[in-house]
Amino acid sequence: MNNEFDFEGYTCPVPIKPNDTVVLGHGSGGKLSHDLINRLFLPELGKAAPRALDDAAIVNINGQRLALTTDSHVVSPLFFPGGDIGRLAICGTVNDLAMVGAKPVALTCGFVIEEGLSFEILQRVVQSMRDSAAEAGVYIAAGDTKVVQKGSADKLFINTAGVGVVESDVNISGANAQVDDVVIISGTLGDHGIAVMSAREGLNFETDLRSDVAPLNHLIAAMMNAGEIHVLRDPTRGGLATTLNEIAIQSELTIELQETALPVKRQVHAACEMLGFDPLYVANEGKLVAFVKPEDAEKILSVMHQTRYGEEAVIIGRVIRTSNPHVRLRTAIGGTRLIDMLPGEMLPRIC
Amino acid sequence: MKYVDEYRDPAQVKALLEEIGKVVTRPWTLMEICGGQTHAFLHHGLDDMLPGGIELVHGPGCPVCVTPLEQIDRALAIAKRPDVIFTSYGDMLRVPGSTVDLFNVRAKGGDVRVVYSPLEALKIAQANPEKQVVFFAIGFETTAPPNAMTVLQAQKQNIKNFSVLVSHVCVPPAMEAILSSKHNRVQAFLAAGHVCAVMGYHEYPVIAEKYKVPIVVTGFEPVDLLRGVLAAVKQLEAGKAEVENAYGRAVTFEGNLPAQKVVNTVFQPVDRKWRGIGMIPMSGLGLRPEFSSFDAETRFSVGEIITQESPLCIAGEILQGLKKPPQCSVFGKECTPTSPIGAPMVSAEGACSAYYRYHREEVSV
Repeated sequence: MNNEFDFEGYTCPVPIKPNDTVVLGHGSGGKLSHDLINRLFLPELGKAAPRALDDAAIVNINGQRLALTTDSHVVSPLFFPGGDIGRLAICGTVNDLAMVGAKPVALTCGFVIEEGLSFEILQRVVQSMRDSAAEAGVYIAAGDTKVVQKGSADKLFINTAGVGVVESDVNISGANAQVDDVVIISGTLGDHGIAVMSAREGLNFETDLRSDVAPLNHLIAAMMNAGEIHVLRDPTRGGLATTLNEIAIQSELTIELQETALPVKRQVHAACEMLGFDPLYVANEGKLVAFVKPEDAEKILSVMHQTRYGEEAVIIGRVIRTSNPHVRLRTAIGGTRLIDMLPGEMLPRIC
Repeated sequence: MKYVDEYRDPAQVKALLEEIGKVVTRPWTLMEICGGQTHAFLHHGLDDMLPGGIELVHGPGCPVCVTPLEQIDRALAIAKRPDVIFTSYGDMLRVPGSTVDLFNVRAKGGDVRVVYSPLEALKIAQANPEKQVVFFAIGFETTAPPNAMTVLQAQKQNIKNFSVLVSHVCVPPAMEAILSSKHNRVQAFLAAGHVCAVMGYHEYPVIAEKYKVPIVVTGFEPVDLLRGVLAAVKQLEAGKAEVENAYGRAVTFEGNLPAQKVVNTVFQPVDRKWRGIGMIPMSGLGLRPEFSSFDAETRFSVGEIITQESPLCIAGEILQGLKKPPQCSVFGKECTPTSPIGAPMVSAEGACSAYYRYHREEVSV
C-alpha cells in the first residue's frame, strides 16, 4: 500500500436522529430522564413547584409542612437476591420522603397487574410490603388495583405515593450544598444494580451479592440529631454519578471525589470490570449521599456507624467552587477525570 | 481485585512516569490503536500525567465507530421486520443509521435484544423456531472467534432460523492505511493487546520494517499502558523501529492458534468500508462461501442498501489521529452522547465520548 489512501475529505457522520419517540433510556434516571423532565414535564406541569427536582416536594398546609412524593416500580425479575418489587416499592417512597428531612407517615399503593399472575406471587409481594412498612414505621393508608390484558404489562407494576411531616427548622435540598461541605456515602456502591442483573435471564454470572434495598428513614433521623445536613439524596437509577451531577447543577458548585475513598464490594467491582460498567453509574436502593457541615462530619459519621444501614459510611469527597460547576474524580493514580451523568441506558461494551 | 489492582498501583505508575520523563528528549506522537486504551488513558487521568512532549492520538480501534453507515442501515432494515428477532452487543443500539437507531426500532415494536455473547443469540433462535434470529457480528479480531464459533455451532445443530450480519474488521490493514496517508503524524503504535491475545503479533514486523515505526503490544491498565509508552519512546529516542511485546502476560508471538483456526474456517478476508476512512482492501472478514446460508445480508436481500455519509463531523480525521475531539465544531454542542452525530461519540470506546465524559470541563461547551 503506497499512498493509496488520501484521507482528506473522508468524514464519519451520521445524521442527527429525530427525537420523536420515548425510548427506554428516558426512564434510566440519567441524562435522557433529566432532559425529559426539564423539557416536557416541568414546563407543562411544574410551574407551581419550586422544589420539583428534589426527591420529595414540601407543601405548606395551614403552617404544617408536609413532604409529598410518588414513585412507580417496575423491575424484572420481581424477586431478586436481597429483595423484591414489594420491598422496593415501600423503601423507594419512604426514602424519597426521608431525603428532604421528613418523617414518613403514610403511603398509598396502586397495583397494575397483568392477567395470569399467580396469587402466590402476589401474596409474597404484599407480605414483603407489609414487613418493609413495619420496619420503616409507616402504614398503608389507601390502595388501588387495575388488571390489564396479557401482554399489556410485565407481570406487576406498583406505584406508591407517600406523605411525611417536616419540622419547621428542617431545610434539606439538592440546592443547599455549600463550599467545603463534606460528602458522605452510607455504604458500598452498586450492590442493587449488580444483584438484579445477576438474577436476570441471559446473564450467566453467579454472585452471592444481595440488593441493598432498605428504608433509610431511621438512619436519617439519627444523622439529623447529630449535626447540620445540607443535602440528602438516594443515588438510585443513574447511580451516584448522576445524583451528584444533579446536586452540582442545583447548587451551582463543583463536587470533587477521591477514587480511593469510594466503597465498592469486590463482587461489584469484578462484575463491572467484566461487563464494562462503572460502579458510579450502577443503581443503589438502600444508600444515601449526604452533604454535611465540615465541623459536624465526624460526629455524623460516628452516629451512622452505630445505626443500621449506615455501618459502612465513609467520606468520599468535598464541595469546592469553580467557574464551571461539575463533578470530578481524583483517580487512584493521581489523575483527574470528569464525572458526567449517565447518558441513557447503560450499555455493556463489545469487547 | 487480582490482575487489576497490581496494574493500577500508584507507586508503579509514578515510577514509570518518572522513567518516561527521563528518557524523552523531544516531542513524539504515539497512537494507541484500541478505543479501550483511549478510554483507559482518560478514565485514569493518565493522559494529563504524561511528560509534555508525548502526544497521544487516538486510533480507529473502536468497532462501533468504524462500522459503516450502510451496514447500520442494513441492520435497521432487518430489525424492523416483524418476523425477526435482532440481537446485538449493547453499544450498537445507539449508533444512528441514516434516519433512526436500533433503540427507536425497538421503541416502535421491533424485537431488538442486547446479548452478551453470540451463543445467547443462538439460544434465542432455538427457543423461537417461528422467528428469524439475526446477530450483528461486528468487531475486530477479538470478537471474530466467538462469532465464528457460533456459526459453526449453528451449522452443527442445523439451526436454520439463525443468521449473522457480518461487519468484521482487522487491525493490520488499518495501521497500513494510516501510515500510508500523506497526512500521517503517527511515529509509533501502541498495538491493541486484546487483538494480539488472539492474533499474536507476527503480522507486525513487516509493517514496522516497511514504515519504520516502533510497534509495542500494549495492555489496558495504567501500568500496562505506561510500559507500552516507555518502550515506544525508548525505541524512538534510539532511532529503532521494532516490534516489542509489553503485554507478555496475555500475548504471545503466535497468538491463540485454536481461535485463529476457527476464524479461518468460517471467515475469509474481504474488502471492507471503514466509517471515516473509506474502503480498505482486504481489511475485513466475511463469511466463506460454504457458510453463505448463514449470511443475513443475502437472506434478507439488504445488500443493495448503499448509504452515503454526509460531511457533518470530523470523525474521519479523529479516527486517524489527525485531530482531537474538541477541535470539532459540533463537539459537546450538537454532538453529545445522548444525541450523537458521529459514531465516536456513541460507543463507550469512542474517542469523542471519552473526551466528553472525562475532559469536557477544559473546553467551552
